[in-house]
Amino acid sequence: MTRIYISRDSGALALGADSVAKRFEQEAKERGIELEIVRNGSRGMYWLEPLVEIETDQGRVGYGPVKPSKVDDFIEAGILEGKPHDKCIGLVDEYPWFKNQTRLTFARIGITDPRSLQDYQSHGGYAGLKNAIEAGPDGIIEEVLTSGLRGRGGAGFPTGIKWRTVADTPPQQKYIVCNADEGDSGTFADRMVMEGDPFVLIEGMTIAGIAVGATYGYIYVRSEYPHSIEALREAIDTAREAGFLGTNVAGSGFAYDMEVREGAGAYVCGEETSLLDSLEGKRGEVRAKPPLPAHIGLFGQPTIINNVLSLATVPIIMDRGGAFYRDFGMGRSRGTMPIQLAGNIKHGGLYETAFGITLGELVDEIGGGTYSGRPVRAVQVGGPLGAYFPREMFDTPFDYEAFAARDGLIGHGGVVVFDDTVDMAQQAHFAMEFCAIESCGKCTPCRIGAARGMEVIDRIMADEERQANIEILEDLCHTMKLGSLCALGGFAPYPVMSALTHFPEDFGAEKKRLDAAE
Amino acid sequence: MPKYESWTPERASEIIAQHQNQKGATLPILHALQESFGCVPLDVEPMIADALNITRAEVHGCVTFYHDYRREPPGRRTLKLCLAESCQASGVRALEKRAKEKLGVEMGGTTADARVTLEAVYCLGLCHSSPAAMLDKDVYAALDEERLDELLKEAQS
Repeated sequence: MTRIYISRDSGALALGADSVAKRFEQEAKERGIELEIVRNGSRGMYWLEPLVEIETDQGRVGYGPVKPSKVDDFIEAGILEGKPHDKCIGLVDEYPWFKNQTRLTFARIGITDPRSLQDYQSHGGYAGLKNAIEAGPDGIIEEVLTSGLRGRGGAGFPTGIKWRTVADTPPQQKYIVCNADEGDSGTFADRMVMEGDPFVLIEGMTIAGIAVGATYGYIYVRSEYPHSIEALREAIDTAREAGFLGTNVAGSGFAYDMEVREGAGAYVCGEETSLLDSLEGKRGEVRAKPPLPAHIGLFGQPTIINNVLSLATVPIIMDRGGAFYRDFGMGRSRGTMPIQLAGNIKHGGLYETAFGITLGELVDEIGGGTYSGRPVRAVQVGGPLGAYFPREMFDTPFDYEAFAARDGLIGHGGVVVFDDTVDMAQQAHFAMEFCAIESCGKCTPCRIGAARGMEVIDRIMADEERQANIEILEDLCHTMKLGSLCALGGFAPYPVMSALTHFPEDFGAEKKRLDAAE
Repeated sequence: MPKYESWTPERASEIIAQHQNQKGATLPILHALQESFGCVPLDVEPMIADALNITRAEVHGCVTFYHDYRREPPGRRTLKLCLAESCQASGVRALEKRAKEKLGVEMGGTTADARVTLEAVYCLGLCHSSPAAMLDKDVYAALDEERLDELLKEAQS
């Protein structure tokens, strides 16, 4: 019996993984080869997908990308015996791009069968929950505080402090809500977790429930992720059948259960208070804070709302200890960040590494530069509301504070690369257009500001009173940044102002103007 | 291939009844209605309001807030092309133009033969291999002109 691995991650499916798996099944049948095909998560090396891994005595040998039409050639070449082939990358675990990462949150992804609870447990799954039950609520929160874990959704708020706040509210119905409304362009880490290791998210939410006394949880997944929704629903049923969810979680006496809710295509619902309103069955409008969701959250009850990556990191923190996790990283950014390399990039994919790696290393060395082969001109970090960075700023280390100091944000860890054909005024215009399309409409700076911003950029691009309009745009961005209720209107100025500041020539404002001002 | 039932009040109240007893039931009800009818007809709004004991304005506000809900059923197949930044960086603006020309529709439009609805989407989470698209629930990435043409053909078949 030969065992091979072909990913079921939707990123791999989008590149033909299902057809490849089908071809292998047919070919094996015709040739009388006994073949077991495991549909694993993705290793995150998407330029190699569909990646086929063959289990050998030395480990798993990888071949990729494998086109469906070429499957019989691969079998003829003897890849099922691990023989060489020009698409062979050798042992996948030893492949430098994979080996050089520090995979903590993504420890199992690409390795295990995401639908198998047994596989999950034999690779360290539910070890964190076991320790959490022993540690009890206070012990869990201490461990999460020690780890230095900060919200991976973008805001970077210390997870342990959020949990402490909810734990300190009087006993009542409390909720755990997972924000899986991963709408930022250039990000896909949440999707990979939900499809590639759904039990880790369930385990993380269960631990959160025990820590703060919440007995029910919701995962709010965007409707653009049907594969994630399916994977989670199946995993929740499996976990419940095995006694990991329900009235007596793993025999601990704690009660916790959960369900998946599907979003409906509103980007703003990735903002936590808007998400809560959406879960309650309302328009996804942003709430003013205070009150914090920790005090008055879902259905008016104390609620922990965390991103997928934050919750999925909790099991390893409880398994290995807060200090183990804290010892990775730099400054106040502790642990690792699953960074997503996207856009016009040669090696697009998921790269988890300790904080501190520079933007230049990520783009040029790990990402391998552009896919088009043209020079990199700009990189947008942190999604549609993140700043555009020019090559001169590639020495910026991946760290919450270092990016903030340069008027940027790391957000959810997406890095989108653009080559030298990009028109930065057009990108600034799109940032305003996107904000106008997705604004919830509750606050004026965002609702009106975004529409006015598009018009002003139109006038700048048409060379109408350019200098005066640039000043208006700067003023408008200032108002939106300080006057908006949430990060949608508040951060839309980042891409706009960074484009204007670092690429003034695209706005017809010669670089000289800025040089003279210096 | 999605096929939609034609909408009747009886069938709608059945669907509403199936979902109305959960907390925050509005979105699950709307999703279920759209799954069956291909859209959320205006006439269904007062029925939801009654079932959930909320105002019709609240239901209407909810339906019109979310991009996913439609008033008319889409074409036989729905092609969503991602127009977000990562796909922009990878040439989707040219592909968007090509798709519109080949189908003869604007974004949000349905072809005259009702076969294909073309929609913009802002991120499918496949940014590692941009540009990306989704045909009904199947995903496609690393699109170029050739792959887009195949996809359009598939959508129209």
